[in-house]
This record gives sequence, C-alpha cells and structure tokens, in this order.
Amino acid sequence: MSDPGEPDSSIELGSLGLDRGADVVLARALARPGTRVHVHGDAPELAVHLGAWCRARGHVVVEIREEPDGVHATIESGPHADVRRTGATRAGAVDPRSDGAVVDAPDPAWGLAARGALVEAGTPPMSFALRHKHDVWADEAPQLYAQAAAAQWDPATAIPWDAPLEHDDAIEDAIVQVMTYLVENETAALLVPARFLAQIHPHFREVLQVLAVQVADEARHIEVFTRRARLRRDVLGTSSAGGQASLQTLVEEPDFAEASFLLSVLGEGSFLSLLWFLHEHAPDPITRAVARLAAQDEARHVAFGLAHLGRHLAIEPDLAGRLARAVQRRHDALAHTAGLNADVFEALVLVAAGSLEPHAIEAGHAAVRALVQDMDVGRRRRLQRLGFDDTRARAISELHTRNFM
Amino acid sequence: MTNDTILLGAVAYDPKVVTIWEGFKAWFSDHDLPFDVVLYTNYERQVEAHVRGHFDVAWNSPLAWLQLERAAARIGRAAHAIVMRDTDRDLTSVVVVRADSPVKTLADLKGRTIAVGAHDSPQATLIPLEHLRAHGLQPGRDVEVRHFDVLVGKHGDHIGGERDAARALVAGEVEAACMIDGNHLLFAREGVLAPGSTRILAQTEPYDHCNFSVLDDPKRPILAKFARLLLGMSYEDPTVRTLMDLEGLKAWLPGRTSGYAQLARAVDAFGTIDAFVAQLAEGRA
Repeated sequence: MSDPGEPDSSIELGSLGLDRGADVVLARALARPGTRVHVHGDAPELAVHLGAWCRARGHVVVEIREEPDGVHATIESGPHADVRRTGATRAGAVDPRSDGAVVDAPDPAWGLAARGALVEAGTPPMSFALRHKHDVWADEAPQLYAQAAAAQWDPATAIPWDAPLEHDDAIEDAIVQVMTYLVENETAALLVPARFLAQIHPHFREVLQVLAVQVADEARHIEVFTRRARLRRDVLGTSSAGGQASLQTLVEEPDFAEASFLLSVLGEGSFLSLLWFLHEHAPDPITRAVARLAAQDEARHVAFGLAHLGRHLAIEPDLAGRLARAVQRRHDALAHTAGLNADVFEALVLVAAGSLEPHAIEAGHAAVRALVQDMDVGRRRRLQRLGFDDTRARAISELHTRNFM
Repeated sequence: MTNDTILLGAVAYDPKVVTIWEGFKAWFSDHDLPFDVVLYTNYERQVEAHVRGHFDVAWNSPLAWLQLERAAARIGRAAHAIVMRDTDRDLTSVVVVRADSPVKTLADLKGRTIAVGAHDSPQATLIPLEHLRAHGLQPGRDVEVRHFDVLVGKHGDHIGGERDAARALVAGEVEAACMIDGNHLLFAREGVLAPGSTRILAQTEPYDHCNFSVLDDPKRPILAKFARLLLGMSYEDPTVRTLMDLEGLKAWLPGRTSGYAQLARAVDAFGTIDAFVAQLAEGRA
C-alpha cells in the first residue's frame, strides 16, 4: 500500500477521454491493488466518466477537482485490480519443443485457449473426448503442418487442364470410373479426420492444424477428381454397395487410434500405390498430374498417422492388439460384401492396358495384379515401422479391405 | 417453502437473471444455506408478494425499495436494506445534449423536448426529472418529456429505454437525453453516441441503486446468515466471479438507505408511487 497522501505515479491524459480509450492507459497504471495515481486531463467529460469508470472497476476516486487547466484526480486502485490472475494457470507453452510445453493431460478448463496462454480460474471446462497426449500427439506434427501449408497447390493452375485427351473412348470411360471411385473414397478420407477434429483438445494445436489441412487436401482432391471426370463426360461411373459398406466401417469407427490406423496407415497407404499407379499408366497429362499431386498430399497423411500411432504404441504397447483386432473386426464385417467394385477393377486394367487389344489387356491385368501386390508390400512395410513383426504384418495386411481404402 | 430455505424474490428483467440466481443458488448450497428464488415479471408484483409474506428477501430496485418501505410503514411494519453491491452506491445521472446544441445551461432547455427512459426508471427518468424540477423546470410544463418505455414494471433495469433515448438525441428528435453516467460511456463504446458528439449539460447528486430488502426483523438467523455469506463472497473466488461480473459488482456491502433521498423527492413531487402504496397498505393491490 502506498503512502495515502502521495500518488505512486502521475498520468497525463491530455485531451484523451474515457470515451476514446483513456481506460487503456488508466487500467495499466492501476493494475496493482492499492496503487495511487494522479490523473490530469482536459477531455470535456472526464470528471463524470472517471467517477463512473472507477465505480464499475472497484477503484476509489480519492479526490477530484476541476481547475482551469482541466481535471485533477487522485485514484486508488481497488483490491480486485489484478484478481483475474489469481489462480490463473499457464496452459503449457507455445513452443512445442520447450520442456513441458505440450502436457500429457491438458485441463478441460483450458478449453479453446491458445497453448501457452494464461487461463483465468473459473473458466468453464470444455469436454474434449481426445484430451490425452498419447492419443493424438506426434512430435513431427509441427513440421508436417509446416510442410503441408507450404505444399498447398491451386487446382486451377497446378494441373494442365487444357492438355489434349487423345485416347479412346473406352479408356476415357475407365478413367471416369476410377475418378468416381476416388471421389467416393476421398470423401471418406475427408470425413474421418473432420469427425475427430472437434474431439481433440485444442492444446494439441499442431495436430488440429495437420488434420485441418488434411481435410482441406481431401476437399481439393475431390474437386480435381470430379473435374477430371467431367472433361469429356457428363455422367459419372458407378458406386458399389460393397465399396460403400467398406467405407462405412471406416467413417463410423469411433476410436481415433483405430480409425487412424485403418485410414492413414492401411487405406491411404494403399492409395499411395494406387495414385502412383495412375501417374505411371494414365494416358493423359491431366490424369497423371492429379494423381501425382494427390499422392504427395496423401504421403503426408500417412506420415502423420505413422508418427502419432508410433508414439502411442511406444507408450501403450497393448494398443497393437487393439489395432490388429480392429482390422480383423472390419474384415469380418465385410466378409459378406463383394469388395472392390468390379467396374473399378476393370477400369484400372483398361487404364493400364491403354486399349482393348488382348495383349494390352493382359499387360494391364498384370499391372493391376502388381499394384495389389505393391499395396500389400507397402502396408507390411508401414506395419513393420509401427513395430509389428513380419508374420503379424503380413496377416494384418491380408485382412485389409479389398476396397483398398 | 421450507423453514430452513431462504427464498428470494427477484425481477426477471433479462434472461441473464436466471443464470445469476441459479449460480448463487449453487453457491449458497455449497455454503450450507438452502436458497431458492421466485422470479417476477415486474417490481410491483414482487413488492406486493413481499408484503404478503411470499418470500424472505427481495432484490429490489431503488423505486421498489421506496414502495416497500412506505407500504410497510403504513401498516406498522419496517423494511430494511441489508446488503447492496459496491456499484449500487453513489451513482449519478447525466443530462446530455448534442455537442453543437445551442443549449448551454439547464435553463436553456425551457420549451424544448427531453428524452428519458421508462416511466418508472429512477436513473433515466425520475431522478433526472427531479433534478430539472429542482432547477426550476417543471416536467410537462417547462419542458416536454418524451418517455422511451421499454419494459415498464422493471424500473429501468433494462437499459433499452435509455439507449433509445440516446438514439433519439443523435437523430435530432429531442434536445436532450437522460442516462446513468456509466451508460454515457457505455453508449460511446457501443457506437450509439460517437465520442465527442455529445456534451454533458448537467449531473445529478449521487444516489444509491438496488438493495436486498427484508421486512420486520433483519436479524433473524437465516437472514443474518444470508447477509453474512454475501458480505463474505469474494471476487477472488472463480466460482462466483462470473456471476458477480454478470450482476455487475466486485463486492457486496452492507445496505444503507441514505442514498434514496433524491428518488424520494422525485416520487413525492410526481406522485409516482402514491396510489400503489395506498392500495398495498389497504390490501387492495
């Protein structure tokens, strides 16, 4: 407490009134309880406004005089001046690399506060189902987000939409069928991270950002696949019951770890092979470009899935069994379905064949068989990266949906 | 109502009132004081119910306080103001004109139109008009009064009337408008009154606003406990800080009745509550 007679400081407001922002200056000067401040200013309504402002904030106007040169007031800050900091907690730290920055179980009351903010006590808790670091975090998330943000491409300019399409109608029909299939699957790949985004505690900011860009990536993929399909056709291809049944099990998977495993590690991992297959075999530069650009994005999605699941498995080894059972469960649920849309399989053969000539079809068929094998190899490699031994990786990969995603 | 529950009467002038009293109910419960609230749509109904013993304590506007105090006196009972907010003390109201108005003094308002809040608003109508009257301007005779009646019965707790009066001033429909000192600042912040566009012509003497009112013995144990808990409520307690922010206070203070004299003069001069008090005292309300 200051000497009751002597102000601790003096503020010259000039013509700045409380209706024009003088409260910003006063609030700083009166931030400490018991501080006495001499205030001088000549704003027309300063005397009236000072009284009202101090009353509302619990400060005391010790003395106020109107003199020829303006208002002179002595104000003593009230005992509640900085009370909002009492009991406030620092919500981790902004730099994820600093010690303790990203905590294991952020307080639900930190809510939407920026990580590193000072959060006032009494903030209502917000319910986030995914609030444990081991559920969602990956140390690579900040870098993956930065890469994703830097790698965003503009569908209007990144793809040579005006390039000529010189292949046969049958091949074009096949490409339209493949695009139809890709749109359906990318829609699932959009919905899965979108569903979990709203459940993740915002303390894990970089994870939210990675998933948000992932959703935006899929939105862009849906756009370019649709646009490619419509270049020479007004109608799209078919959507099969088996394909949708497979995607339904993915979209409705309630557990983040299991959904990430099924989507990113197994599904998008398999799609990497598919997209590079299209990049290699598509007859036109437009299809090759959309496949290449989508594959680059999908590689990041797979990388994040591997990173956060790898961390989760290191902390909770039992998760491995749960992930394996999720694949088994999905396989059993889909056992009665037809698997990959037959139209899609034929379309892939045609795209790789380039024509309906028997020898070309034979080559295309072999290429698709090689694709399926390549998908399996890729899945096993990624499973091994997560710590599954070769036998288990092979078994899990074989159980993966025949719909690829 | 059970004997160990303290029942409050309050007027629902805004949806936030439910949040406030539900929050306080939980807080009192945590402090071993069963508490509940009856909400009324207007203060007259609340004052009448209070006299009839429907609840223990009222959260009263200053006008409702005078209604209760006078009705109680007429029937041989006594009203007491036991607790009030720190922000209920020493408010002032202001009479505001446009910055470029030719009106320089209160006397210049003669023959002109002044905007006020609701008919029953102490702060935006009764006290400012009493201020004018004390300075020789009889409302209705020397100045034309234009009321902005938003939610009459709520005694101006809803500031919509004050805001509408301020808008009428900006629009040039009236020569002056009345409002609480703090609302002159608030309306500037809201953009209703552009900074520098208005001038404060007059400011009333300080007056007090709401209080928790009781009838008869204010030292009944349950009332004493209620008052003691309120006075001990701390703004440092995050569980009630939000409620205190909503209710607009930093601390509860002991009630005092010395700050209602201006309003008493106003209602005497204008006969605002005479009929209601008489009806209440005679059991006709």
